[in-house]
Amino acid sequence: MELRKINDNTWEIPKHGEMRVPALIYASRKLLESVKGDLTLEQAKNVACLNGIQRMSYVMPDAHQGYGFPIGGVAAFDLDSGIISPGGVGYDINCGVRVLRTDYTEKDITARRQELLAEIFKEVPAGVGKGGVTRLSRDVLKQILIRGAEWTVENGYGTKEDLQMTEEQGRMKDADWTYISNRAMERGIPQLGTLGAGNHFLEFQKVAQIYDRDVARIFGIDAEGQILVMIHCGSRGLGHQVASDYIQSMEDKFGIKGLPDRELIHAPLRSPLGQQYYKSMCSAVNYAFANRQMIAHWVRNVFNKVLGSSQGMRQIYDVCHNVAKIEKHKIEGKEKDVCIHRKGATRSFGPGRLEIPEVYRAIGQPVIIPGSMGTASYILVGTAEAEELSFSSTAHGAGRVMSRHEALRRFRGEQIRDELAKKGIELKSTSWKGVAEEASAAYKDVDEVVRVSHEVGIGRLVVRVVPLGVMKG
Amino acid sequence: MEKYRLLAHTADGKFQAFGKTIDEAFANAALALASLMWDWEKIEKRVNFPVQVEGNDLEQLLYKFLEEIIFLLDTKNFLLGSVESLKIERKEERYSLRAFFLGDNHPELYEIYGDVKAITYNEMKIEKSDHFTVQVVVDM
Repeated sequence: MELRKINDNTWEIPKHGEMRVPALIYASRKLLESVKGDLTLEQAKNVACLNGIQRMSYVMPDAHQGYGFPIGGVAAFDLDSGIISPGGVGYDINCGVRVLRTDYTEKDITARRQELLAEIFKEVPAGVGKGGVTRLSRDVLKQILIRGAEWTVENGYGTKEDLQMTEEQGRMKDADWTYISNRAMERGIPQLGTLGAGNHFLEFQKVAQIYDRDVARIFGIDAEGQILVMIHCGSRGLGHQVASDYIQSMEDKFGIKGLPDRELIHAPLRSPLGQQYYKSMCSAVNYAFANRQMIAHWVRNVFNKVLGSSQGMRQIYDVCHNVAKIEKHKIEGKEKDVCIHRKGATRSFGPGRLEIPEVYRAIGQPVIIPGSMGTASYILVGTAEAEELSFSSTAHGAGRVMSRHEALRRFRGEQIRDELAKKGIELKSTSWKGVAEEASAAYKDVDEVVRVSHEVGIGRLVVRVVPLGVMKG
Repeated sequence: MEKYRLLAHTADGKFQAFGKTIDEAFANAALALASLMWDWEKIEKRVNFPVQVEGNDLEQLLYKFLEEIIFLLDTKNFLLGSVESLKIERKEERYSLRAFFLGDNHPELYEIYGDVKAITYNEMKIEKSDHFTVQVVVDM
């Protein structure tokens, strides 16, 4: 496939064959090499062939092969002629990241680190096959699907201010649970308020480096050494089932003939099935917001119990990185509503966008980029240029480079724990094998990913954080 | 013949399962999937669930069949230990599958090390030579 260099960090697959638009890849040469090793570029090209796609099929710096769309794929579709695709959102609908600031500094918690982690481990259910502490009634689940984090806050988990500091204020208004299958609900009932497993984690971290002090201060980050809490998880089995259900129903309705990849299945956005998927997806998004809201509440309780106070534990932001939304973007000089798919990509709105909290409106939204287990994570700020460059989107994490199978062969969980301990990082997990699978050596270099994002201008560096305590599901 | 083989895949879990018959290959695919999450050979067979799924083609049938394992884990805390009496039938243009899952509903007794979020169609293959091979990539 022809790949044209635009500059050191930008590459284009020119429009050819059935492509309606070109594909654009943001990657350094080093990141591009790993992208070339799998089907990412092929998948970005397939996305460029879909009905109603606008401007470009974009690929973020941390991209790797997905199913249908690549992970790290961003595409916007016309509301009338365009499509919506479950494979363009991903199975873990509203997988996302939440960050809380604290008034604590490293020295406040050094002696209490183990206790803090042990208590969080007790409070927050995690791991495979682990249900939550409360078994919801179906009626309550329906409330959560419609109202998301709003419901959770009203029921005592957190504050109204948390909602302001959440993408969509913690609730997508187009949610409608009536299009969600019984099977999805059955999976959702036992799992609300659980972290899950795999690459999901909860960390308390210290600020290691501040690149932009003015922006950091507005985010609530004042100095190196300050403690933050980061929560990375999604909509659990409920979201996975919604994706799977609609992949099947779209196949049944439209057939799979002519699809280069079965998970590229999609429906016209305006069709009944397209709308049903969209409203179900919004409901799963809400479930995930509620999930992170509950977990954040329990973490505050633990800080309160162990350190004496959770005052000052304000939420910096909560971002989705697997989602489809209706957003206004500039297409050929005109502003219009499009259905944007971000699959393994984070929204990166710059200054002025009304969707972001008022306190951030002059500077742009916080963009949270988690690293792999036990490595650095970053907070970036959205930019005005990102609108032109990527429909206001950037990377979402490190992205794997090594298979789990290979990681299991090479690493042992206990050994990783000991190595992290030497670096001053406490680690607790429900499974040591699971820890080995998530070894940081199995991931791309997140430093390189955010550097490219910064240089391209789709998300600017604000803060680098490193973990002190890691809970892996 | 080996039951299955785990293959390298960057982001997710990938396996091939084998069988003299398509039925046997599907049953082994279920064990391969379980092996990404727990050691199925160690699971006590205390409970049993009948499974019945239908599909427009064999690929969809395999997808839905494997999804039952994740569904039962999430909703019944069920860990699969073996698959019994698996039978695939074709009626006109549709396929149906019946089987029994045997295993345990006490996950706290075992180490669960992997989290399979979903079955996918990515690189899915169902092939016949002198035996049957099915290949699946799952989202982890």
